[in-house]
Amino acid sequence: MSLNELWFLLIAVLFVGFFFLEGFDFGVGMETQFLAKNDTERRVLINSIGPFWDANEVWLITAAGAMFAAFPDWYATLFSGFYVPFVFALLALIARGVAFEFRGKRDSQAWKKTWDACIFFGSAIPPFLLAVVFASFIKGLPIDGDMQMYAGFTDIVNVYTVVAGITVVLLCLVHGLMFTTLRTSGDLQNRARSLGQKLLLPLGALLLAFVIMTYYMTDIFDQHGAWLLIMVVLGIVAYLLAGYFMMKKKDSLAFGMTGAVIALSVASIFVGLFPRVMISSIDQAFNLTITNAASGHYSLKVMTIVALTMLPFVLGYQIWSYFIFHKRIHEKEHLEY
Amino acid sequence: MDTVMLSRFQFASTTIFHYFFVPVSIGLALLIAIMETMYVRKGNEEYKKMAQFWGKLFLINFAVGVVTGILQEFQFGMNWSDYSRFVGDVFGAPLAIEALLAFFLESTFIGLWIFGWDKVSKRVHLLSIWLVAFGTMLSAFWILAANSFMQHPVGFAINNGRAEMNDFFALITNGQLLVEFPHTVLAAYATGAFLVTGISAYKLLRKQEVSFFKKSFEIAAIVGIVSSMGVAVAGHAQAQYLVKTQPMKMAASEGLWGKSGDPAPWTIYAKIDPKNKVSSNEIQIPYLLSFLSYSTFSGEVKGMNELQAEYVQKYGEGDYIPPVRTTFWSFRIMVAAGTAMIVLGLYAIYLIWRKKMDRPNTWFMRFMLWGLLLPPIANTAGWIMTEIGRQPWTVFGYMQTKDSVSPNISSGQVLFSVISFTTIYLILGLVMVGLFIKVIKKGPYAMDNDHDVSHDPYNKEVSPNVS
Repeated sequence: MSLNELWFLLIAVLFVGFFFLEGFDFGVGMETQFLAKNDTERRVLINSIGPFWDANEVWLITAAGAMFAAFPDWYATLFSGFYVPFVFALLALIARGVAFEFRGKRDSQAWKKTWDACIFFGSAIPPFLLAVVFASFIKGLPIDGDMQMYAGFTDIVNVYTVVAGITVVLLCLVHGLMFTTLRTSGDLQNRARSLGQKLLLPLGALLLAFVIMTYYMTDIFDQHGAWLLIMVVLGIVAYLLAGYFMMKKKDSLAFGMTGAVIALSVASIFVGLFPRVMISSIDQAFNLTITNAASGHYSLKVMTIVALTMLPFVLGYQIWSYFIFHKRIHEKEHLEY
Repeated sequence: MDTVMLSRFQFASTTIFHYFFVPVSIGLALLIAIMETMYVRKGNEEYKKMAQFWGKLFLINFAVGVVTGILQEFQFGMNWSDYSRFVGDVFGAPLAIEALLAFFLESTFIGLWIFGWDKVSKRVHLLSIWLVAFGTMLSAFWILAANSFMQHPVGFAINNGRAEMNDFFALITNGQLLVEFPHTVLAAYATGAFLVTGISAYKLLRKQEVSFFKKSFEIAAIVGIVSSMGVAVAGHAQAQYLVKTQPMKMAASEGLWGKSGDPAPWTIYAKIDPKNKVSSNEIQIPYLLSFLSYSTFSGEVKGMNELQAEYVQKYGEGDYIPPVRTTFWSFRIMVAAGTAMIVLGLYAIYLIWRKKMDRPNTWFMRFMLWGLLLPPIANTAGWIMTEIGRQPWTVFGYMQTKDSVSPNISSGQVLFSVISFTTIYLILGLVMVGLFIKVIKKGPYAMDNDHDVSHDPYNKEVSPNVS
């Protein structure tokens, strides 16, 4: 495997990790608006992701940093090309991040409601917009011979990308509900599970619609048909197992399966792209690829050494922190931090 | 306005805002780590309370620092895509490493610190805050490695029309980094320290929780004076490096058009006229600029006119003189604020040493209260001098600001983002100051009551709709 391929793989892994991890805390953030019946339950939900959400978000920041370092042209074309969507995503992430910290600092109801709204929209908008971005990656974008992307509104917002956005939002929500079943107990846990079951069918319909549209509207099945077929089959299996485990109240397995659906969805995008990183709708020759968008060999080598030495530690202490906070949260414990 | 001006405005305003919180996080993390260490070693609950009280402020501040930091990671690509293409091969690496090494460490262990008081052992909890403190410092190192490359590019070659890294070791041992890193990190420690002494002074003036705030004041005053003096020493080293690597910035920061003469005097005040390229009404201290630049009392410093001619020869036609008044005055504001910090810090140490902290001078404590504003003023002025003084370059000698901006964004889009970000930042700033004041007024022991009642499920946290 060349270093370019390795870095493409690492960035894919970072995005898969990001959607798997932040996926559930986006989901939990959304749940606070309709699953929690009162302020205590809301607090329980927020605390269930309290120790993790910040580190989960770092997966996104690291992915962006890795893009900048390994594929500067990808980073440059992507962030400048999707200027306005990223402004909205940033506003949402900013509001959400401080809301977790601020909401408990005053007793007034209006104060809490305001920050709760920030948590809800801050948890729904970013996965929607990121899904829109990823879907347009494989659909193709008006990128010219200088790697500059001049996208109009409908290049970014169209039926295909919006379906992708809604699908991912719903996927995060179901994944978040499964996380809630793991970290709460009693009534809240049961409600989370049964809402998850109810949402499973519309989620399945959306996923199916997205796969069919992808088949007709993109070239990724022509490029990597066999691989994608395997991933779609695996995705269907994971989806069905998720439903089965929910029914059997095997919560951790159900959580694993919703996570697998997320991971396979994100991974499929990267498989479909490879070896391209952004597809030009103007001319194939203008595609950004892991070769023409990459940094030089020396830079990639240095980064590889640093990443491979440090990654075991980083993963190690993150897993350890999940182990420390594996116990369920009860309403009777100390909730305000 | 064009996208360059708007993007510059956005970068400056969001970065300055972000940098109000960064040094507070770096400084407070260290102080809290020290306080918690004393708790673990001495077993005195008051130190635990200290770690928790200052920790509360730290967390509010940290949250704002983190969210404003995400924007920083994205906006190089959003607004400065041509810059990103040109330098990504070199500049991207420290950013990615910063995320991998520092951000994961900080975010994981801050979670453990907040939620882990009764879930992990005392020592592991203590280790968490030290790892957070270490993480903030690592973060500073890598981002300053990236910034140092912009000031003094090393460890690269121009290939394929862009900068490509060829010596990573040179990049992280850049002379600029070796002076900029201690200067910045020590300033951050001073920022945290002066925040703690300032708030403690406020409480001591009101005679509230005297023992608690006296102890806090003492710990912070020691960290404050050591780091403030360290900042000055590192700053002196930085000035000497500046004369060698960016003489134009040095000349601009002195308002020096012609040669300085030998020995070179340091200008306290001057009326600068950039149009006619003259400075007048100067008030000067003899020998001092020579000393600043070369650590001896002789030596000449080049003026802007001479350097401009040199640069035209080297880089082609163009105006290579940065905004002189901004560079000149931001430097003086930084030095004045830094000097005031040292004076206040020395007197505070004198009070502690002579055991006069029980009856402190009211006027002095008022100065200490408002002294918490000095470090942010100095930090901001310092960065303005560093970044404005480098203009017209983004990467000194290789890429200019006007060529760095994204060609595919419209001024309407940037105007929209400028308005959005400044609005949300203003709100964040106001809310944060409000919350700080609230936490401070409540004090550390009112917080204790919160702590106890919240073990009770029927406390006030439970909203009325729970029966």
